[in-house]
Parts: sequence; C-alpha cells; structure tokens
Amino acid sequence: MSLLEIREVSKRFGGLTALSNVSYSVHQGEILGLIGPNGAGKTTLFNVVNGFYPPSKGEVLFKGERISHLQPYQICKFGIGRTFQVVRPLQRMTVLDNVIASAFLRAKNKEDAKEMALEALRFTGLYEDKDLISKGLPLGKRKKLEITRALATKPEMLLLDESFAGLNPSEQNELIDIIRQIRAKGITIMIIEHHMKVIMSLSDRVVVLNYGQKIAEGTPKEIGSNPLVIEAYLGDAESA
Amino acid sequence: MKKFLPLIILAVLFVLPLIGLSSYMMHILVLVVMYSMIGMAWNLLGGYCGQVSFGHAAFFGMGAYSAGLLYHHLGLSAWWGLLISVPVLTVFSLMIGFICLRLRGPYFALATLAMGEVFRVTAENLVKFTGGDVGILIRERTWVVKTWYYYIILLLGIGAFLLVKKVIESKWGYYFVSIREDQDAASSLGINTTLYKTIALCLSGALTGVAGAFYMNYMGYIDPKIVFALHDISIVTIMVVMVGGVATYWGPTVGAIIMVFLAELIRSNPSLGVAHQTLFGILLIIIIIFLPNGIVGDFTKLRKLFRLGGTPT
Repeated sequence: MSLLEIREVSKRFGGLTALSNVSYSVHQGEILGLIGPNGAGKTTLFNVVNGFYPPSKGEVLFKGERISHLQPYQICKFGIGRTFQVVRPLQRMTVLDNVIASAFLRAKNKEDAKEMALEALRFTGLYEDKDLISKGLPLGKRKKLEITRALATKPEMLLLDESFAGLNPSEQNELIDIIRQIRAKGITIMIIEHHMKVIMSLSDRVVVLNYGQKIAEGTPKEIGSNPLVIEAYLGDAESA
Repeated sequence: MKKFLPLIILAVLFVLPLIGLSSYMMHILVLVVMYSMIGMAWNLLGGYCGQVSFGHAAFFGMGAYSAGLLYHHLGLSAWWGLLISVPVLTVFSLMIGFICLRLRGPYFALATLAMGEVFRVTAENLVKFTGGDVGILIRERTWVVKTWYYYIILLLGIGAFLLVKKVIESKWGYYFVSIREDQDAASSLGINTTLYKTIALCLSGALTGVAGAFYMNYMGYIDPKIVFALHDISIVTIMVVMVGGVATYWGPTVGAIIMVFLAELIRSNPSLGVAHQTLFGILLIIIIIFLPNGIVGDFTKLRKLFRLGGTPT
C-alpha cells in the first residue's frame, strides 16, 4: 500500500524549474532512498512534501488525502516528520527541552511530554546528553538530536535530509542501526543521501532525480546498473 | 536560601513604604515597578518568542488612553481602565499582529516601530476623541500620598511576574522559545508559528496596556507625546530588558532598577541632564559587547563558572 503519493509534482521558482512532473509513491514500512547530483531538486521535493513550498503543479497525497495545500505544522500533525540538511536544533535550549518542545504535539500535558521526550532520547542514545545546551553538541549528536526531535512528534513517516553528511564511519554505522530500528517500529522513511554505501545498504527502493526530473526508480541493484544514472553521476560517455 | 530569596524580596518590597521614604523616592519606586512590568511584557514577546518590538509605546499609550477616555467621555473612574485595557489591548494586538507578524526579524521590528509612531500621530490628530496634544487630565486625584499607588502597581507587577512564569513553563513557553530559535524548524515540528506568535503578542500587549492604564491613574495627566513616546517608552523598555537580561525572569526587574535610578541620577545633574539619551546609548553598546545576556543572564554564567550554585533561571 502506498503511504505517500507524489503525483506529477512540478515546482518553479521564477524561470527556474526545480522539479518537473515528478511522480512516485512511497510504500508503507519501506525505506526509500532519494538520490541525485547536487541541485537535482531533492531538498526542494522534501520542502514540497513537508509543506514549506506549495507545488506549482501536481499534488501530494498522504494516506489517500491531499496534503499539498496544508501548512508545515498541519502536515506534521498528519504524521510526517522531517530533519534538515543544515542541522537546526533550538540552539539555546537543552537537548531535553528541544525534544520536549516537539513532544508537546501529541502530549496531553508537560509530564507526558517529558516522558515521551525521554523515551525518544533513550531510543536514539542521547539520554546521557539530555542536560547539555544543544549549541555545544558535536555534529554527530546534533544530527541525532534532529532525528530525535522528529521522532518525538510520533510520525508515521520520516523525511531524513542528508543525515549522514559529515559523520565519521563509526557514527555512520551507529546511525544506520538507528534508522533500521526506526523502520522496525513501523515508521516509513524517505531519505536523501550522498553516501552510496549507506543508501545502497539501507534502502529497499531508490528514486533518482536529475535536473528536477525522475530518471530512474528501482531496487538499489537495478539503480546501480542503470545507464541513465551512471550518466547523470559520471557524465556522458561520449563527451568525456 | 535560594528558595526563600523571592519571599525575602517580596517582604522587602511590601515593607519599603513603611520606613518613611520621601515622596520623591516613592515616585521612583513606582516607576521601577512599572517599568519592570512593561519589561516583563516585552520579554514575553521579544525575549522568549524572539519577536523584537520597537513599538511597545503603542500598547502602553493605548492602555493609558483606554483608561483616560473612560473618564474623559463617560465620566467613569479611570481605575476601570485597568480592567478595560485588557480586552481593548487584546483586540488591538490582534490587529497589529495581523499586519506585523507576517514579517520576520528586522522587518517585524521596523513595522512595530512604525506602529508606535502611527498611534502617536493618530492620537495627536483625533482631537475630538482624544483631546489631541492638550491631553487628558484627571481633575480629582484618588490619593495624594503615593503609598497606595505603589501597592497597586506592586500587585500588578507581581501578577505579571507570575503570569509570565506560568506561561513560560507551560507548553506555550516551549513553543515561544522554539519559534525564537528557528521558525522553520518549529513549524516542521508541528508548531503553528503564526498562532503562537499572536498569543505572545496579545499577552505582551495586554500586560503593557494594564501598565499604561495604571500610569494614567498615577500621573493624572497624559498626552500623546508622553505615552506614545518612542524613546521614553519603546526604547527604554528594550533597554530595561537588555540591561537586566533577555529571556530571564528577573532580568526586567533588575534592568528597571538600574535604568530608572540611572535616568534620575543623570537628569538631576544639570550638566549631564540633556545628554541622558546619549549616555543610555553608550550604556547599551557596552552591555551588548560585554554582557550580551544582560546582568541576570550572564550572572548565571559567572556563578556556573565559579560553581557557586545551579541555574536560577
């Protein structure tokens, strides 16, 4: 069953077409990798799904309902959480307060929110750091904090925007484990990633964007041998 | 000890008038409490929610005029203004918010700056309604001595303090700070940023308006240049919070004590008096460079450094 359906979505900024006629769906419970060269429109697509940009054309459906006219906070209430490429923790708050702020979305009261926040922190392994001010956290932990905050809103689907960028190999492995555990909880994941090793080992399916168009969709294996994808990444064989 | 500190401060504040202070000292105390109340209101919007307003005189003046006009037109006691100013200011805050809260950061600040001036010019020109530059004078004063005025503003100030504390420790407080730190991130975490910014503005506007209504009763005379003053109200409010400590509970009070006493000290010196705004400007620059979190905000940091205690904020 498809949880999220992107239907012929286009997004133009003035004369620039960032996305044109992108259609695909994300199935319940899967991890879908979204890849493509720089400027391919991956983050723009996230921003459309998340509600920051209304699509110029087309629509986005979540659980069969049209969400592409809603505000980001409404989409979050619907059950889509996201993280940002440039990490944006609430800098002058402690790690715990950061997570409490987002847990309030589903919590009845403050005790409830705190309970949910602590649970999310234990899940991602940030419990020990809960009293630190988030400004001082190293990058790896800030990326985890982003994911924890998104998880505290109890999403059904999580959009992860380059959560692996800048992490060292051991942090990467740790995060791969966390993402697998998130999926095991029944949360569907769409992830943008540049690390091919990560994306190929994590994803059930992969969608490739180039110049705002979808050029391929399939299992990691199929994508790895698709001539269009190889051309997009390595350039045209003849002009090379 | 720390647990009892607020109680000790409270007790001192209540006993102060009984030790026979001069009328002038009582006047200064009233001003200190009033400015700290306005500072708390500003802090809610500017400090916690991050929406820096340069136009709090609009709310202050509006509160003062809603009390004054009750007396002027309907012959009611201006004390009703303390109650009336809350709904009046809430409605006006909604209107101001509808226009200004679409803007972010410096644009919001500029819009509120303009708003304060718009209100002043409007009050000056609606001569039939507001009396224009002639202002409003309350002929019969309620009390001659200042003691009762002091107790009234003290109760209002304590009320404002408790309200701000209650709000900041609730879900609203977490949402305000989230909006301050990053609006886009907040909205993608399910926070309706427009709604919560509007709530912060309404609370802040209503509290400032109550202080304005008190001012009408206390001074007995207002005109647009006094209550809608850009420098004496809007800017001084920001300074009170900046000097004391942005987004701290006690910051506005500490700031108000320093600012009011400093202003009186400078004004009472004839050779410095005219330069008091220049000196305030210099003070603000020094504070921003050396104590960016204000006296209360950086005091916490210092205490932490020396391991003298936890975090009182």
